[in-house]
Amino acid sequence: MSDLQQEVQPKGAKIKGNKPVNQLEAANRFIAASAHQQMHDQRLWDLRKKRDAQMHLIPEWEALRDLASDIKSHTLDHLADYLEEFERNAKANGVHVHWAKDAQESNDIITTILKERNAKSLVKSKSMLGEECMLRQHLEEEGITVIETDLGERIQQLDKEDPSHVVVPAVHKSRTDVSKVFVKTLNAEQGNNDVHYLAETQRETTRPYILNADAGMTGGNFLVAETGAVVVCTNEGNADLSANTPSLHIVTVGIEKMIPKMEHLAVFIRLLSRSALGSPITQYTSCFRGPRKGGEMHVVLVDNGRSTRLASQKFKAGLKCIRCGACMNTCPVFRRSGGLSYGSTYAGPIGLILSPTYNAHKYRNLPFASTLNGSCTNVCPVKINLHEQIFAWRETLADEKELSLSKRIIMTSLGKLFAHPKAYRMAVQTGDKVLSYLPHFIVYNQLNAWGRQRDIPQPPKETFHSWYAKNYMKKGKADE
Amino acid sequence: MSSREFILNQIRQSCQTEHSEAPTLPLFHQNSVDIIERFKQSLIAMGGQIIEADPQDPYKFVKERIAESKVICSVVPEIQGNRHLTETTEPKELQDIDYGILRASFGVAETGSICLTEQDLFINTLGYLPQHLIIFLDPKQIVENLHDAYARPEWKQIHYAALHSGPSATADIEGVLIRGAQGVRSLSVLLIE
Repeated sequence: MSDLQQEVQPKGAKIKGNKPVNQLEAANRFIAASAHQQMHDQRLWDLRKKRDAQMHLIPEWEALRDLASDIKSHTLDHLADYLEEFERNAKANGVHVHWAKDAQESNDIITTILKERNAKSLVKSKSMLGEECMLRQHLEEEGITVIETDLGERIQQLDKEDPSHVVVPAVHKSRTDVSKVFVKTLNAEQGNNDVHYLAETQRETTRPYILNADAGMTGGNFLVAETGAVVVCTNEGNADLSANTPSLHIVTVGIEKMIPKMEHLAVFIRLLSRSALGSPITQYTSCFRGPRKGGEMHVVLVDNGRSTRLASQKFKAGLKCIRCGACMNTCPVFRRSGGLSYGSTYAGPIGLILSPTYNAHKYRNLPFASTLNGSCTNVCPVKINLHEQIFAWRETLADEKELSLSKRIIMTSLGKLFAHPKAYRMAVQTGDKVLSYLPHFIVYNQLNAWGRQRDIPQPPKETFHSWYAKNYMKKGKADE
Repeated sequence: MSSREFILNQIRQSCQTEHSEAPTLPLFHQNSVDIIERFKQSLIAMGGQIIEADPQDPYKFVKERIAESKVICSVVPEIQGNRHLTETTEPKELQDIDYGILRASFGVAETGSICLTEQDLFINTLGYLPQHLIIFLDPKQIVENLHDAYARPEWKQIHYAALHSGPSATADIEGVLIRGAQGVRSLSVLLIE
């Protein structure tokens, strides 16, 4: 057995009420579990490479990204009109449409629908909105049995952990970690960590729940105003089973998932799975416009802060997100620290810019879990300027005095340096000189977070500015 | 004020932009593409299979494949099954079917997808509860890419339709690919008018 199969799975961030999540502490524990960290890093980088391979097969890839971004911007600018159009068309197809201001109202609406029909069990496919609203916990408190039907999500449900990634929820676990969960909860064979066996165990134990559930729930990847359609993308077929087997289908979806027409859907379907997993399309791309024969369909449109975010010129671009996870797969911090280290529903670069909109105090450290290398921005299929927003959040949180003390001290002195070019250049030159003479153990010590997990680049012999000054100053061109 | 009004008001206050039209889209056709060949390659890449048509009896290989199976549900006239669906069949009753055989509305060369509408499926779970699916597809109904696919009229006529691109699959444990997650374990396509 390899180290990975013997190593204990690191757990996520320690959540202490409304106290700021210490992402660094959880990331350090993840890094310390080196076999898990390596597996995680490699798997996500593999997805990134597959995404690139798919991108190179599509000559119009960049045109599609531009279109996707433009369609989303246009839709967000006219969101109220499109929501009304969607509602009109969905109602005409026999769908019940509900509106929820926040998580609490959404959970209450869903509970009422279920209780009025005496529904005691619910099978559901993965929904990040459900996670955001803590819907499952709410329904369980109301005495309703909730079964996640996606394999990764089911593993996480049975292990009482949140999903660590929007597309691959159990990506941080080894096969042995999964086997241990299934031995405890699904009566699986002790010590059998064969992946086919584990997947089959979940399929066979989930199926009876699907067949006998009183209700099914899905999220929605897209809402199409023109046809009143809810579009759901999965690979396992679990959304289609959850929606089509019981007679009651409930959809919970964020209002920002809207697009105007079916023709626009093509752009997003072409981008979504290629960006997420590097596959040309998900195995199932399903369009629900009305209840199945003899059934009932409800759509709960959830705001939960989105309409307020629309007013922020700085941060509204985050609402374009289609939850593909490409920014996570490419992010060096995410790959090395694991999604659970963020302690929030949305992790990785998109999590850094969404989480503070829900709770600026609790998630004030997250925008600092980034190298600002811009890789996230480069892969985003809807062209969200992620790294610029991450930086903008640092500024905003600083303005709002939501920084921890140590960060405030560093930022203050850096701020002074940046404000005075001469002092900055002096500091950089000194820094490079000192770096050249420092012994390895000082640069790579435990106090320098930047020295961990990577080699510091060789300092240049000369800074650009001093090279420029030497060669061009004489011509009197150098600026101050 | 209802939550509906509250949300719509809030959005209208947040967005005070000029009216604009949604972007119009090119179809991104590549004129040189052999659509049928591309469909086959894409389907195989997604884990699906192609069933060849025997020149003597086009259904020969389909019949061979289902010969050993116990429960076969066919909603195409060319193949006789042994499980019949009626207006009162409950969706979950389809759970013991080995092979479901049906005809797709159209196919998509770019992704190897086939489109199954609620009319093709008769009962929607026929696309998911059987262990295996065999799909008949008229090669003339294969469109080049997803732009063509979403320009089709079906999406505005039905309550439910789905693009199936190969069988159900998962790679949720250590990235190991498993064909046959919650839905069908295999999906095979016979190209036939």
